[in-house]
Amino acid sequence: MPKGTGWRISLIVIFALLSLLYLTPTLATKLPSWWTDLPLLPKDKIHLGLDLQGGTHLVLEVDTEKAVEGSLDIIATDLEDTLNSKNLHFKRINRVGSEKVAMLFYEKDTATTVQKLLNDKYPGYKQSPQYDEGGFVALDLRITDEAAKDRKDKAVAQALETIRNRIDQFGVSEPLIQREGIDHIVIQLPGIKDPQRAIDLIGRTARLEFKLVREDIPPNSTSLPDDAEIMKEKTVDPTTNAVSEIPFVLQKKALITGDLLTDAQVRIDSQFNQPYVGIEFNSLGAKLFDQVTAANVGKRFAIVLDNNVYSAPVIRERISGGSAQISGNFTEKTAADLAIVLRAGALPAPVKIIQNETVGPSLGQDSINKGLMAGLIGVVLVVVFMAIYYKLSGMVANLGMVLNVLFLMGALAALGATLTLPGIAAIVLLIGMSVDSNVIIFERIREELKLGKNPKSALDSGYDKAFLTIMDSHVTTLITAAVLFQFGTGPVKGFAVSLSLGVIINLFTSLIGTKVTFDLFLHKGNVKKMSI
Amino acid sequence: MELLGKTNIDFIGKRNIAFVISAIISIIGIIGIIQIARGAANMGIDFSGGTAMQLKFSKPIDTASARTTLHKNGIPKVELQEVKEGNKLLIKIDRNMSIALGKSAEAVQNAFKKEHPDNTFTVESSTEIGPSIGDKLRKDTLIAVVISLLGIILYIAWRFDFKFGIGATLATLHDCLAMFAVFYVLNLEINLLFITAVLTIAGYSLTDTVVVFDRIRENMHKNLKESLSNVFNRSINEVLSRTIVTSLTVFLAAISLFLFGGEVIHDFSRALLVGVIVGTYSSVFVASPIVVLLENRSLESKAQKA
Repeated sequence: MPKGTGWRISLIVIFALLSLLYLTPTLATKLPSWWTDLPLLPKDKIHLGLDLQGGTHLVLEVDTEKAVEGSLDIIATDLEDTLNSKNLHFKRINRVGSEKVAMLFYEKDTATTVQKLLNDKYPGYKQSPQYDEGGFVALDLRITDEAAKDRKDKAVAQALETIRNRIDQFGVSEPLIQREGIDHIVIQLPGIKDPQRAIDLIGRTARLEFKLVREDIPPNSTSLPDDAEIMKEKTVDPTTNAVSEIPFVLQKKALITGDLLTDAQVRIDSQFNQPYVGIEFNSLGAKLFDQVTAANVGKRFAIVLDNNVYSAPVIRERISGGSAQISGNFTEKTAADLAIVLRAGALPAPVKIIQNETVGPSLGQDSINKGLMAGLIGVVLVVVFMAIYYKLSGMVANLGMVLNVLFLMGALAALGATLTLPGIAAIVLLIGMSVDSNVIIFERIREELKLGKNPKSALDSGYDKAFLTIMDSHVTTLITAAVLFQFGTGPVKGFAVSLSLGVIINLFTSLIGTKVTFDLFLHKGNVKKMSI
Repeated sequence: MELLGKTNIDFIGKRNIAFVISAIISIIGIIGIIQIARGAANMGIDFSGGTAMQLKFSKPIDTASARTTLHKNGIPKVELQEVKEGNKLLIKIDRNMSIALGKSAEAVQNAFKKEHPDNTFTVESSTEIGPSIGDKLRKDTLIAVVISLLGIILYIAWRFDFKFGIGATLATLHDCLAMFAVFYVLNLEINLLFITAVLTIAGYSLTDTVVVFDRIRENMHKNLKESLSNVFNRSINEVLSRTIVTSLTVFLAAISLFLFGGEVIHDFSRALLVGVIVGTYSSVFVASPIVVLLENRSLESKAQKA
């Protein structure tokens, strides 16, 4: 064997074996048990993108402003309670926008006392000096930019956790849930059967509140007191699909909220065979529920979820023990989904779906089949052309191309990269590109042969002189592939991965792989004719 | 086997014709890009926002009745395309719809369930994209295009001298513009995959240009007395067969994608095909003549000084 061929051949053989090893899980229908038992052997198939295996890709935007508003609301309610319990009189405490809580007092002294209280109680907030507003003493408690930013950040993190919980309970295999940028959450649900149901489940805020119904005010009244609001109960007739809405006047302040729950389960009403959701409160919740029901026997208590009244039963007697039920027009599925969101907890702020891409499994399989078909035909066309045009040398280039595809697939499997439909397109394109380097080399060799050089030296100078040209053309393709990788998402990223890996591998196979094959045949230097 | 024997075509002499053709193509491409920026071209929903769906029905459905079905159910602005094979219907809904995002796909399904209860369907794919995503994507894409072109220019400028760099860059730009021109004139959808194809061609089309430039440089060093046009013409003719053969192999791969790769990447492979052809043309008729033009001009100014 000629000098310097040994290591090159071993390198090619090693790469080929490694590629086959990493491709085994993809190619084998079922891995034998001894394979799965050995710790070092690869077990993962080539990871397919959602466009190939089917599934849903969602991007959610968390309305972080609402999270800040929520915490200001809590402060406002909290302050009201504190001041009431301390007998400090105020005219009004309310939230203004998403930046401050405004307070209005009758007397300057009260305001001063409250100022001291605020200092201790809310460190992340800034007080305004007292000022006059229509003859009353006004005071603002403003959230600092830092605290607001922190609140927003936590809201997104919390939303992510809640959504993860919900998806886990819904049961999706290998979901991907991650934060992107400041307020976006990316969710990938591979192979999901009922995407709409999952989307409804994920996108729901699920803020559960129990509010008293103000039966002293008619729902059609034009002026409502400050502490009351109108909410509607929506019912859908199961036979006609007609939606009817019943308005309720509710006490604005929620007496009990969903964060006091410990459990929620679907139960079936034995009398009407109708599903409902049974909920369990924690000890604080149970105590509150006990107190509220005891104090309001005979009144109606509305169960409100995301500002929709689910039901407003009359409190017949004091309920101790900490369990209650939510009934409404449930099917088994909707009841099960409600139980999931109640167990997983509410989102700290509403989310909006800003991107939803769903690919059905049949289209995915169709894409794989067509991509493979196109690849196969591409290979045949290129192989036939090269064999006719460059004869035996063309077959060497074809060998390099086959190695190229094998190495590329192996590398994709080994690196755990995701294969998408554009990724398959990149591989097919590379079939054409990978023989290009050899075309450039072969044309050069033909020229050298015409100058009367013997095959061996024509070969060497052909490779030498073509080297820089090949480098240049590969580097420029690599530049665009890298940029595509950086900026692309999903399918395009898959394209960039396949393309850049392919270009690098191609450099290796065309400069080392095919060269060593020629060296083996021509090493004696006395070969008179080259088939090119 | 040889496709071409020894050729002796006067490429540089024909540069004026080539420049006129290329200028027209480029101008159409620029108009296309302006229209895209204005949102007046056929934009994919990944850039414009909106909803796209692919439904597969059990029985054939014609676009006219599908359109009435959607109109009746409050979805007025809709583009429909029928794929005969497999009773498929492609639906594209503008983002300026009254129905909230996340609901239009559902509304479409409900409409068909209601109006065509006997023609069942499955949703093969559905994409809904909000305007904020589209805007971000447009911005990201613009940055990506600028960075790639910049990267290529810098690399070429480093590897070759300045005039060659300009020639290669203009040829690359020309290829990209030609792809835009073809898609704009044929009113094909400009989407993220199209941009991907453009950037891929931007990287790939340089291969041919580099092959030609390498040979020109080699011949310029060998032969200092010959006129520039002669050196360039001879170099282009010498490497003509490899320019064509390298493009041909990629063309073979791209055409099998175009014919057999399925509708999802149909336009993508069409863009690649256009790019490969234009890239080959430009490496011969655009890149080198520009360098000749620049070299001659600098020679003239030198001569005047002397």
